[in-house]
Amino acid sequence: MLEMRGINKTFPGVKALQNVDFSLNKGEIHALMGENGAGKSTLIKVLTGVYSKDAGTISLDGQTVSIHSPADAQRLGISTVYQEITLCPNLTVAENMYIGRGKDVLTNWRKMNADANKLLKKLDIPAKATQQLANCSIAVQQMIAIARAVDMECKVLILDEPTSSLDEQEVEKLFGLMRDLKALGVGIIFVTHFLDQVYEVCDKITVLRDGQLVGEFEIKDLPRVQLVAKMLGKEMDDLSDIKGERESYHSADADAKIFEAEQLVSDAGIKPFDFYIKKGEVNGFTGLLGSGRSECVRAIFGADRVLGGHVKVNGEPVKIKGPRDAMKRGIAYLPEDRKVDGIIGDLSVRDNIILALQVMKGFFKPFSKSQANAFAEEYIKKLSIKTASADTPIKSLSGGNQQKVILARWLLMHPEYLILDEPTRGIDVGTKVDIQKLVLELASEGMSVTFISSETDEMLRTCSRLIVMRDRKVVGELSGDDLTQSKIMSTIAGGE
Amino acid sequence: MDSKKLKGGIFNKISDTNLLLVITIVIFLLMYIGAIVFQGSGFKKPQMFFNILNANAALIITAIGMSVVMISGGIDISVGGVVALVSMCCAVYLDKANGNVWVSMLIAIGIGLAFGLVQGTLVAYFDIQPFIVSLAGMFFARGMTTIVNTKPFNVQNPAFVKLKETRIKIPGMGSYNKKGMYISAYIEIGVVVALALVVILFLVLRYTKLGRSFYAVGGNKQSALMLGINVRRTKFLSHVICSLMAGIGGYVYFLNVGSGAASHASGMEMNAIASSIIGGTMLTGGVGNIVGTLFGVLSLSTIQNIVASAGLGEAWWTGITIAGMLCLFLLIQSIVIRQKKRALKT
Repeated sequence: MLEMRGINKTFPGVKALQNVDFSLNKGEIHALMGENGAGKSTLIKVLTGVYSKDAGTISLDGQTVSIHSPADAQRLGISTVYQEITLCPNLTVAENMYIGRGKDVLTNWRKMNADANKLLKKLDIPAKATQQLANCSIAVQQMIAIARAVDMECKVLILDEPTSSLDEQEVEKLFGLMRDLKALGVGIIFVTHFLDQVYEVCDKITVLRDGQLVGEFEIKDLPRVQLVAKMLGKEMDDLSDIKGERESYHSADADAKIFEAEQLVSDAGIKPFDFYIKKGEVNGFTGLLGSGRSECVRAIFGADRVLGGHVKVNGEPVKIKGPRDAMKRGIAYLPEDRKVDGIIGDLSVRDNIILALQVMKGFFKPFSKSQANAFAEEYIKKLSIKTASADTPIKSLSGGNQQKVILARWLLMHPEYLILDEPTRGIDVGTKVDIQKLVLELASEGMSVTFISSETDEMLRTCSRLIVMRDRKVVGELSGDDLTQSKIMSTIAGGE
Repeated sequence: MDSKKLKGGIFNKISDTNLLLVITIVIFLLMYIGAIVFQGSGFKKPQMFFNILNANAALIITAIGMSVVMISGGIDISVGGVVALVSMCCAVYLDKANGNVWVSMLIAIGIGLAFGLVQGTLVAYFDIQPFIVSLAGMFFARGMTTIVNTKPFNVQNPAFVKLKETRIKIPGMGSYNKKGMYISAYIEIGVVVALALVVILFLVLRYTKLGRSFYAVGGNKQSALMLGINVRRTKFLSHVICSLMAGIGGYVYFLNVGSGAASHASGMEMNAIASSIIGGTMLTGGVGNIVGTLFGVLSLSTIQNIVASAGLGEAWWTGITIAGMLCLFLLIQSIVIRQKKRALKT
C-alpha cells in the first residue's frame, strides 16, 4: 500500500538518510527499528511532510504522492503520534482532537464535544472533552494524541515511540487498539525501543543503521539477539555480562554516608521520606509512573521547593535551597525531561558540555577556546557522542546523543554524587548498555549514583539497593538477595 | 479507570483564557463600583460610562485587533502610526480635495489592509520577528503622516461634520442638569462600530476554524504544524486582521477628533497592548479573549477618569496609575494561574 523508494535526506554535516526503501501493506504492523541517529525519526518526518526529502519517491495505493506539510499527509490518510506530545496545551481536549481536520469553517462545539467524549469513553481515557489539555497528565495527553490519530480514519498510522510515557495497562490498551485497526486494514508503522513490545504486536521489522537500510524481516525469522545485532551492526555484548564486571567500591571510607536526608519533603506533593547514599554506592528509586520517584530526587537536588526535613552532606548539616546549593555540595542531577530541563537547543555541543562548569566558575571568567575544545573533545570521545563537530547545535543531534551530552556536562563537574533520572528513556539498546556500564564504572571509582528507570531489569543490573515507592510514598527498601523482579513487583503492589 | 477521578475541582473546568477573563471583569466591576461609591456624582450618571465608550471606541477596535495578533504569538506596534496615517489621509482627502465621506472610509480600510498584507507577508513568509517588522511599520506610518501634511488641521467637510455630530440617544439613561432640563444619554457612531466588531471578532475566535487556529499557533507553533494547521497562513491572517482593525480604528478615531495631525494617537499601540494584557491576553500567546480586551480598555480608561476626577489631571499621574494597575493585574493573573497549577498538582 505504502511504498517509499530511494529516500535521501541530508542535514548540514550529516547524511541522515541514504537511499532508504520502506514498504507497508494493508493490515500490517511494521516495526521500524534502529539505534539513535539511525534515521527512524527522519524517515517518519519525511513521510509526514515535516521534512522535505532530497530525493526519492513516495507512493500510496500505487500512486505517486507529494507531501509538503503535515496537513498534506493528513489529507492522504497518514496520521501520526509523535514521541514528544505535539498537541496545544492551551486548547481543550476536544479541540486538540479535531483541529486541523475537515473543511468546516465553523466549529460546532456541541457536536465536537459529544464526539470527543464518545471516543474518550470508548478508549477509556480519563479526560473530559471540555477540559483544557494542560490540565491532563502526560500519559493522558499521549492517549489523547493517539485518540486523535485513530479517529482520523487513516490508511497509515504512524506511532513514534508512543509508549514511553504510558504505564503497562495503557500500553495493553494501545496494543488492543492496534490489533483492532489492523483487522480493519490499517497499516501501522510502530517505532519503539522496547523489544518486548515489538515481538508482542508486530508482523514485520525494518532495521535502519546510520541512515541506511539494513533490511526488512518477517518477525518470526528474526530472533531478538539477531535483531539487536542488526541494529548495532555488531554482535552485542550480552546484557547480563555487565553484571559480572560489577566491582564494588572498596576503601576505608566505603561506609561513609555522603548524603543523608531525614523527613525530606517538597511542594511537589510527596510524603516526607528518609534517604541516604554511601560513597561508591549505586541505588535507585523504583515504582510505577507517577509514584513520586522523580519528585524525590528533585527534592534532594532542590529542584522543587523544599518544605521541610534535614539534610546532611558528608555528615555535615546543610540547607539546600536550590540547584546551585546542591551543585556546590558536589551533587549533579540529570533531569527526566531533557527537552525541558536539560538542553539549550541553539547552543553548540561544546557550550552545552561546559555549561555547568562555567556556571560554577562564574560567567566573568570564561574558559579559553582551546580549553573548552579540549573538554568537549575529551567527552565526545569518552562517551562516543555522534556529532558532526563540537560546534554543531545540540538540537540537531538525536535523542540518545543529546542525553550523552548532558551526561558529559555533569561528569565534567566531577561530582561526588550523581543523580540520573530516566537517563535511558527513549534511547537505543546500545547506548543504554553504554550508560549502564558507565554508571558502574563511575561507582567503582568512588562516585555515588542514584539511578531511576522505568525498566526494572535495568535497575536490577545497576543498583545495589532499591527504594520502592507507591502513591508518592516510600514503601520499602530492597537490597542483597531481595533484589529480584518478583520481590520488587510485590513491594510495589503492596502484597507481602 | 473510574477510580482515577479528575483532579482540581473547579479549576479543571475552566481554561486559562476564561479564568483570566473572569478576573478582568471582576476587577473592572469592583473598580467602577468603587468609583461610584467614593468619587460620587460624576460616576453615578450613566453618561459617564458612555463617555468612556465614546472616547475609547477607536482604542477598543485597535486593541481587539492587537489581541488577535498577541493570541497568535505575535505583536504589532505599528497600530498607533496606522491610526495617525489614516486620520491624516482622510482629513486631507475630505478637506483639501473635498472628497466623499464613503470613499474616505474605503481609504481607511485600504491603508489598514495594505499594512496588514505587507507586515503579514514579512512575518509569516519571510520569518522576520513581528516586533521588528511592525517597528519599521510604525516609523513608516509616522513618517508618511508628516509627508502627507505637516500641520494639524480641522476638517470642515459638511457631510463629515454631520456624521461626526451624530448622536445615538439611549432612552431611559439620561439625567437632569442643574436647571432641571432632561439631557438624554448618547453614544457616538464609533461605539456602535466598535461593539459590532467586538461581537464579530469574538465569534470568529470562538467558533471558526481560523479563530481556533490562532490559539493553536500561539500556544505551540510546532504542535499546530503537526496537527495539520497552516501556520504561516494563520500568522499572516492575524496580522491582516490586526492592521485592518487599526485602519477601521483610525477612522473611528478620526470621526471622534475630527482632525488630522502627525501627533495623533501617539502611544496608542502601547495602550492597545496594555488593554489586551489587562484583558487577560498573554504576551506569550495562546491565551486571550476579545471580550476581555473590551474590559481591558474600559478598566484602563476608568482608571484615567478616576485619576482625573480626583484632581490629579496631569499626564504623569495617569501614567503612574496605569503602570501600577498593569503590575497589579499581572500579579493577580500570575498568582491565580499558579494557584490553579498547584490545585491541579495535588
